[in-house]
Amino acid sequence: MTATAPPPAGTSSPEVTLRQIKEPQTGWLSWLTTTDHKKIGIMYLVATFMFFILGGVEALLMRLQLAVSDNTLVNPHTYDALLTMHGTTMVFLFIVPVLAGFGNYLVPLMIGARDMAFPKLNALSFWLFIFGGLVFYASLFFDPPGAGWTSYAPLSDDAYLQSGGIDAWIFLVHLTGLGSLVGAINFVATIHNMRAKGMGWGRMPLFVWAILIYSFMLILALPSIAAAVTMLLTDRHFGTAFFDTTGGGDPLLWQHMFWFFGHPEVYIMILPAFGIISEILPVFARKPMFGYKAMAAALAAIAFLGMLVWAHHMFTTPTATVVLVFFMLSSFAIAVPTGIKIFNWIATLWRGSIVFKTPLYFAAALPALFVIGGISGVLLAIFPVDWQLHDTYFVVAHLHYVLFGGTVFGIFAGLYYWFPKMSGRMLSEGLGKLSFWVMFAGFNLTFLVQHSAGLSGMPRRIYRYPEAAGWEGFNFISTVGSFLLGIGVLITVVNVIRSLKKGRRAGNDPWQGNTLEWFTQSPPPENNFDVVPLVRSVEPMKDIRREVEKSTAAEGSVAQPVS
Amino acid sequence: MPPALRSSRTTLALTGALLLLLVAAPAAFGGIFTFDEQGSQNGKDISFLYNITLIIGLVIFLVVEGAIIYCLVKYRARRGGPDAEQIRGNTPLEIGWTVGAAVILVGLTVLTFLYLGDITDPPASSANGYQAAEGVQFATRDQPKPPGNGALEIDVNGQQYMWRFDYPGSLKGEAERLYSFYEMVVPTNTTVTLNITASDVIHSWWIPTLGGKADATPGYTNETWFKIEKPGIYKGQCAELCGENHADMLARVRAVPPDEFRAWAAKQGADIKAAQVGLGLQRLQGVGSE
Repeated sequence: MTATAPPPAGTSSPEVTLRQIKEPQTGWLSWLTTTDHKKIGIMYLVATFMFFILGGVEALLMRLQLAVSDNTLVNPHTYDALLTMHGTTMVFLFIVPVLAGFGNYLVPLMIGARDMAFPKLNALSFWLFIFGGLVFYASLFFDPPGAGWTSYAPLSDDAYLQSGGIDAWIFLVHLTGLGSLVGAINFVATIHNMRAKGMGWGRMPLFVWAILIYSFMLILALPSIAAAVTMLLTDRHFGTAFFDTTGGGDPLLWQHMFWFFGHPEVYIMILPAFGIISEILPVFARKPMFGYKAMAAALAAIAFLGMLVWAHHMFTTPTATVVLVFFMLSSFAIAVPTGIKIFNWIATLWRGSIVFKTPLYFAAALPALFVIGGISGVLLAIFPVDWQLHDTYFVVAHLHYVLFGGTVFGIFAGLYYWFPKMSGRMLSEGLGKLSFWVMFAGFNLTFLVQHSAGLSGMPRRIYRYPEAAGWEGFNFISTVGSFLLGIGVLITVVNVIRSLKKGRRAGNDPWQGNTLEWFTQSPPPENNFDVVPLVRSVEPMKDIRREVEKSTAAEGSVAQPVS
Repeated sequence: MPPALRSSRTTLALTGALLLLLVAAPAAFGGIFTFDEQGSQNGKDISFLYNITLIIGLVIFLVVEGAIIYCLVKYRARRGGPDAEQIRGNTPLEIGWTVGAAVILVGLTVLTFLYLGDITDPPASSANGYQAAEGVQFATRDQPKPPGNGALEIDVNGQQYMWRFDYPGSLKGEAERLYSFYEMVVPTNTTVTLNITASDVIHSWWIPTLGGKADATPGYTNETWFKIEKPGIYKGQCAELCGENHADMLARVRAVPPDEFRAWAAKQGADIKAAQVGLGLQRLQGVGSE
């Protein structure tokens, strides 16, 4: 590890022949120049949480505007900018990269590797993501984009939105997309080649399975959006007419290319969260994962089917019925592996001995909330029903139950679970549980009533509505809930900042974890492991604890209670 | 710590009660869990499909939430309690719920197909409806032509930020040329087929109480239909983000008895003609005075 060179052969007198010792870098420069997967992972987590706060503030401004009918707080131009910034930030700058952050930090540790396969490419991925975010947010200083995170052509074409904001959006998609693509290839190479001795495919942690499948989906889906935004860019500035009917182009082409990326993107955003709680639930139920193989297979099945459902976002477009039927059936099919996952999580809790710590609260909330998004998803898959509900607040509620109730609760579970490993200190349980309950109440208050607003005819993306429409009650409740949700998130932010200095010391394995990251110190040293144990099951740490117990029992020692 | 334990048990019980309330509520608050009352048969069929699926969904919801809450309460780790059972799986059970989920979805598919025809295919107009001109060529691509005669065809055009309605050749001599903006006037008991397009960006035609929405896409013609029994005003608005004033792109359908429709068409047609004549005169005078 250290830079001391061995004494050169043939010299008899001990002589110092070392020419240069690389000083370990400290301070902010060490973060800027690092290629350590753990530091990169932490930078991802910090940066994405800042974007999460920004996106949240944008959401709260929209909720304030909609709290009462005929509100004049923000003008329509600003409102369109807010909805575009909110959606884009949450998808491209929070959820996808925060999962890359967890993957970066944890995948090498979980598979017993010292770093990612390509550490420098790993740093490149992170900085591409940061620059994508900066380019996008720089548009605040001239004219932010206003065509929604989907930027449907021809509205996003230069004939209707000349604003450079759309161009900033295009560059964001390019830069973050390239970052994700490079990162995904890195994950695939790492997971295929660098697993510890004994860790066959059947002994790989489910979180690593989820990141592997997330990576394959990114590699398949990202080229489509990269092509689409390039075509939009040339349509806007170089006279092409890919999406412009007056020049022989086709607006539906944009929608196909966008959703060919956009729907896999939904699974890209949820599968790693599934992986996170598949690590957490068994640990706190003190049981093995129920149906491990079915869980891994279901991830793969969801990913495969997830590539075949994109046009269910286009049920109201002029499209032949037979096409609609195909996409209805493929969307139905995806409910089966998703159902398997939910049942297996519940079966993992069944007959367990459940330890109620904060990570468990967030992890158990995921299936409880996601199932609501799943059921509304089946309703929306029936295309005649979608004709009624498409582009209403029912869809807004559906997607937030999936992405907030699902992914964000999963991310918070992961934060509470792995923070001790990353920082060496525990988060406060009291603040954690308080944060959970405030978020849980605020979330449901915000989004449950949005189903009703949609059912009674409120379209999404409108900056105001008349009193006569009768949507004020729903919207007011939703706004109150959204601020409660914001407070819940802030409690966790306070918890994290406070615990960095004042948290109880965690030790190597505070939760009695199952996977290899708990084998090393908290926080792990730069080389991760001095020795990598032989992996003999899907729960190597459980084996190691058993071994320790056996050997200490043989010596008649009662040094450490293990179970 | 018993107080914390008790308080989280109370919260669990409260959550349970809340979920129960959610199930009991549809009867008490119609229009919150279901669609508003529909004014056209396709809307009623869509509403029925939604209700059936919602009920199946609520049962699944209760089973899942019930199981989660039961496990969390029953299997909480207790001092001196039983150890966790090291169960790694149960193949018959796993196959069971996989097949079970698939069977439910096959059931939903069959149900959807049973109702699909009634939703997509326009029916014939009723005998007491407006009798439109015979032998009209319907510009249909995917949606079949309504059986018999007497259906009224309207071209809907979305433009930033208003709706234009043109009544092409199917009128029976009430007016030479007929169009309107914002308000579409239609006869009751008459099948009205809509050819929907847009002339700038994508819009979406939607009257929530008259069946589903259909995107108005430049370069394409989308189709839908409705047949209204009760006279009245049916309000809606554009449902696809189309620019800054998207929220103000309103539309309404006014359904009136056939006689009243005839009178309206004649007057509106005459007004349009008068306006055109007036415009022509203005232009002539303008040329003369130059």
